[in-house]
Amino acid sequence: MLKIENLQARIEEKEILKGINLTIKPGEVHAIMGPNGSGKSTLASVLAGRADYEVTGGSVDFLGKDLLELSPEDRAKEGLFLAFQYPVEIPGVSTTNFMKTALNEKRKYLGLDPLDAAQFLKLMKEKMKLVQIDQSLLSRSLNEGFSGGEKKRNEIFQMAMLEPKLAILDETDSGLDIDALRIVANGVNELRSKDNAFLVVTHYQRLLEYIVPDFVHVLYKGRIVKSGTKELALELEERGYDFIKEEVDQAIA
Amino acid sequence: MPEQPDDILEQITSSEYKYGFVTNIEADEAPKGLSEDTVRFISAKKNEPSWMLEYRLKAFRHWQKMEEPKWANVTYPTIDFQDIIYYSAPKQKVAPKSLDEIDPELRNTFEKLGISLNEQKRLTGVAVDAVMDSVSVATTFKEELSKVGVIFCSMSEAIQEHPDLVKKYLGSVVPATDNYFTALNSAVFSDGSFCYIPKGVRCPMELSTYFRINAKNTGQFERTLIVAEEESYVSYLEGCTAPMRDENQLHAAVVELIAKEKAEIKYSTVQNWYPGDKEGKGGIYNFVTKRGICAGDHSKISWTQVETGSSVTWKYPSVILKGDYSIGEFYSVAVTNNLQQADTGTKMIHLGKNTRSRIVSKGISAGKSNNSYRGLVNVAKNASNARNFSQCDSLLLGDKCGAHTFPYIEVKNNTAIVEHEATTSKIGEDQIFYCNQRGMDTETAVALIINGFAKEVMNQLPMEFAVEAQKLLAISLEGSVG
Repeated sequence: MLKIENLQARIEEKEILKGINLTIKPGEVHAIMGPNGSGKSTLASVLAGRADYEVTGGSVDFLGKDLLELSPEDRAKEGLFLAFQYPVEIPGVSTTNFMKTALNEKRKYLGLDPLDAAQFLKLMKEKMKLVQIDQSLLSRSLNEGFSGGEKKRNEIFQMAMLEPKLAILDETDSGLDIDALRIVANGVNELRSKDNAFLVVTHYQRLLEYIVPDFVHVLYKGRIVKSGTKELALELEERGYDFIKEEVDQAIA
Repeated sequence: MPEQPDDILEQITSSEYKYGFVTNIEADEAPKGLSEDTVRFISAKKNEPSWMLEYRLKAFRHWQKMEEPKWANVTYPTIDFQDIIYYSAPKQKVAPKSLDEIDPELRNTFEKLGISLNEQKRLTGVAVDAVMDSVSVATTFKEELSKVGVIFCSMSEAIQEHPDLVKKYLGSVVPATDNYFTALNSAVFSDGSFCYIPKGVRCPMELSTYFRINAKNTGQFERTLIVAEEESYVSYLEGCTAPMRDENQLHAAVVELIAKEKAEIKYSTVQNWYPGDKEGKGGIYNFVTKRGICAGDHSKISWTQVETGSSVTWKYPSVILKGDYSIGEFYSVAVTNNLQQADTGTKMIHLGKNTRSRIVSKGISAGKSNNSYRGLVNVAKNASNARNFSQCDSLLLGDKCGAHTFPYIEVKNNTAIVEHEATTSKIGEDQIFYCNQRGMDTETAVALIINGFAKEVMNQLPMEFAVEAQKLLAISLEGSVG
């Protein structure tokens, strides 16, 4: 589904990604972990096409297409979804209205007719149940005055609505209490299928207790320095990132 | 590769103005220039009674002594008032006796603008007065309206058919001497709409006037007068477009509203005059005086405007709250792009007791444009318990445009409560990226964000026009971001 080869990127003059290699197949859940500043969020942003980052090398194949050649909106319409670490406020635009626009743009791209109000409402009700979100939240201005938990839950709701093939969760667990975390994780688990894949970016192992990954990768200084299964996450939890840092820094030295 | 943020904000291109076509129709025109003869020419063309000519001449003589106002936050070259044609009427072979006899060329023009003069095809529930250049070419649903006693006709016709009403109310809210452009308008106005809603009648349909400037070098000076008798209600909407021409054209209108006891007038404007091109060449100078009086107790006047066109706009729809417990409202979205300039706002004059006013102004600036809100809230000495709430929000697209707020507050009664809130914000790259990531292209994203910003005002528009107005907002800003 996704094949990243030797991906390098920088922001202004600062090299952040220094050659990422990663392959994700349908049905898989990959977790990217790493200390602060290791490039986790940059990887998520570069895949989604944020313009602040300049790709300086490497390639990304997404479902047979050159992802880096696609505009951010086309990446989205091809089935890539990014759950934002800091969801953005859009005053005066309700989540409902926002999602209706987004969904129908996607349908247009795929050559499908737009959903009418009744069809849309039906789909929305279905997904609301799935991620346990309240109608009243969806009628309010998008993310405006939302609590941290509400924002993240809203991201998962949007993901459910758009049914992406690859969902990237960028530190979705940050700022969540344990109940909110559980609800968010449940939503993700409900959406897991053999046809879609998840890339979960997180600093802590905690989220991975609820969203159990097939693979765990450790990102450090712009490279994936260690890959393993969920046991690696547990090891990190126990020993911290220091042992990996030491290993890598020694190797470089 | 995705565009760099710098490019996105730099890419300021003009959108195609959809209504820029010209209709080839022979016109009956006054010679260029302005003198007493021009005033007499117009009055004679319309077979006006002598009192009307006197009114015009008085206004003209006053105008000659006045100076063009310079206080607005706009700049434009000096207008040569001798270089304008003050009367231009599309020639119709026979004077149409019914809607069926209207020149097909005119009919087509309005069809192209989405205004059907055919009653059957027309949106149900909307009566239209269509004005091209200096004259009204058709008014629909007149008969149906007359059944309930509502008079809806062109101003020329009202002068002939309802002289007493016109004499009584014309100039009663906006005196000819009010300002430079009202004096000019009072001297040379050539048509416009007249509405009279009798006591206790709720007007059964939306009334609307569609103004079209077509002929070259002409100015349009229309006059609208709406009188709502006790306990009546009317909702009125005006729309306006003009061809794309290289030279500037002047539009100086006067609108007067009178609401008697417990009457309500809702007046909506969707202003889309040609704004000029990307370099600021051409476009309409829109210098308009609009004022309503809540003459009776418990009356209400509500102005809603969506201003997207014109190269320069100078306009302050106002309400004089004379009746006790009367209510004035002003909801405005003003969009400026490229080199457009707008100085617009409202005046709420509280005279009666327990009067209330509400101002919601949303300014959107893009390109190298300048957008100013200018508003006055005045509470007179005897206006106890007056209440005003004003909210002025500005949204900037890019970093070459300007937004300005000039609120004036004059309170002479200490029981008044006056509140003013103002914000200025920019459409953020992060907002656009967020929308992009959900599959929306940048145009769609901007339209969505803009409509969210303007929602409170758009919600005030009559249903039939709200969707059109939303599209118009998006079109006016097309190309201004990304």
